Amino acid sequence: MKKIIKYIVIDLLRNKIVIGYTIFLLILSASIFNLGADPSKGILSLLNIVLIFVPLVSIIFSNIYLYNSAEFIELMLTQPLKRKTILLSEFAGVSSALLLAVFIGIGIPVIIFDGSNAGWWLIIAALFLTIIFIALAFWASVATRDKSKGIGISILLWFYFALIYDGLVLFILFSFSDYPLEKPMLAMCALNPIDLARIAILLKLDVSALMGYTGAVFQQFFGSSEGVIFVVCALLVWAVLPCWRAFALFKKKDM
Amino acid sequence: MIHIKNLTKKYGKATALQNINVAFESGESIALIGPNGSGKTTLIKSILGLVIPTEGNIFFNKKSILQEWKYRNEIGYMPQISRFPENMNVHQLLKLMKDVRKDEHNKLDEDLIHAFNIENILNKTMSSLSGGTRQKVSACIAFLFSPQVLILDEPTAGLDPLSNEKLKEKIEKEKQKGKLILITSHVLSDLDDVVSQVVYLQDGKLMFHKTVEELEDFTGEQKLNRMIAGIMNKQFVISN
Repeated sequence: MKKIIKYIVIDLLRNKIVIGYTIFLLILSASIFNLGADPSKGILSLLNIVLIFVPLVSIIFSNIYLYNSAEFIELMLTQPLKRKTILLSEFAGVSSALLLAVFIGIGIPVIIFDGSNAGWWLIIAALFLTIIFIALAFWASVATRDKSKGIGISILLWFYFALIYDGLVLFILFSFSDYPLEKPMLAMCALNPIDLARIAILLKLDVSALMGYTGAVFQQFFGSSEGVIFVVCALLVWAVLPCWRAFALFKKKDM
Repeated sequence: MIHIKNLTKKYGKATALQNINVAFESGESIALIGPNGSGKTTLIKSILGLVIPTEGNIFFNKKSILQEWKYRNEIGYMPQISRFPENMNVHQLLKLMKDVRKDEHNKLDEDLIHAFNIENILNKTMSSLSGGTRQKVSACIAFLFSPQVLILDEPTAGLDPLSNEKLKEKIEKEKQKGKLILITSHVLSDLDDVVSQVVYLQDGKLMFHKTVEELEDFTGEQKLNRMIAGIMNKQFVISN
């Protein structure tokens, strides 16, 4: 298995998109921190990139990469190798390449220029979101034989988590504004990894003071150690669940 | 060596293979023949574990192959359409295959690599190779690890006459060593000297499984394509 991972990682590290992605993130975060004197404002600006751009690149890139590796996967399947080993190697290869890109592009500048508690949360969230959206991409591309369909599902998934879900939550908030919704809101956040990451980071920044009563409830929950464990567990579930589906489907897939 | 029991494969509503029962033993060299869409490739892919049977089972050396993978150590496979990672060159591809499948028991069989002069194209990327050259590389990989079973899906399609002869010689040589060889081909004249048994598939059903001698007696013909044509004309179905 190590040998296959080695081939995939070498292939990916030479990949122009991975290199471009790393450099783009690096330039972006370095320039954001150099624009203003206050690093916490830099974190806030980076937050939006982490929440929107990182998931988009992760899900689309992994999906296309997996479809482009169809020949490689087919060749490996005719060899004495387990199906699980092959998909796991692909997953490990893509994850390590994109995680490295995010760590170099966002992690290192944040550590150098900021290094605060919120900064560390930002890095953790970026890494988690990368893994989660790679897992979703794997699930989408194993589940569909058609390349354009798989990429379409990926884009829709990203669109749903990044934009539509928040709209739905707002709609519910306004429809039921007469009721206390703080507790249900906590549950609704857990159903979207991007929201989960956003709240975890925002509450580490001073801006959370502006969020009113809901902010106070959130602060009380997510500020506690139980809250931190809850966020990390929920993100882990978000990474494991699509992976598990992808592996189950791949085991039974006709090539 | 390979026993197929009640194998049925359905793609949605379409039935690709219907209740196939057949056994292949080592030392045999079998031609899988049938019209387009008769299920030849599905049968081969089922043996390789690329296609998961809807019903039935396949046994390799008496062990079920479902969810198994080690048995593929004994199989060399040459697909109908050779698809390789496009950005690798031939050298890297061969190295990858050796890495994945290094053999403690058998030494590497590089006969075909020499016969096809693959040494001269080691630095070419797979995307720059012609269809025929890809087939050659594919054949080299199938034979490289001296497997006990060779599964060749349309091996001669796209090869030039000289390479075709070289490949047939190689198949003949492996047959002498007592290996099990499974070949599908539409060009029946290519199979004449190589094949000892014929399996005929139609619409996913096994129509007959006979030795070449039996077919000769039955039809009074010498050439394989004449025999098959004769049987098809007479609309005969020989029961197993």
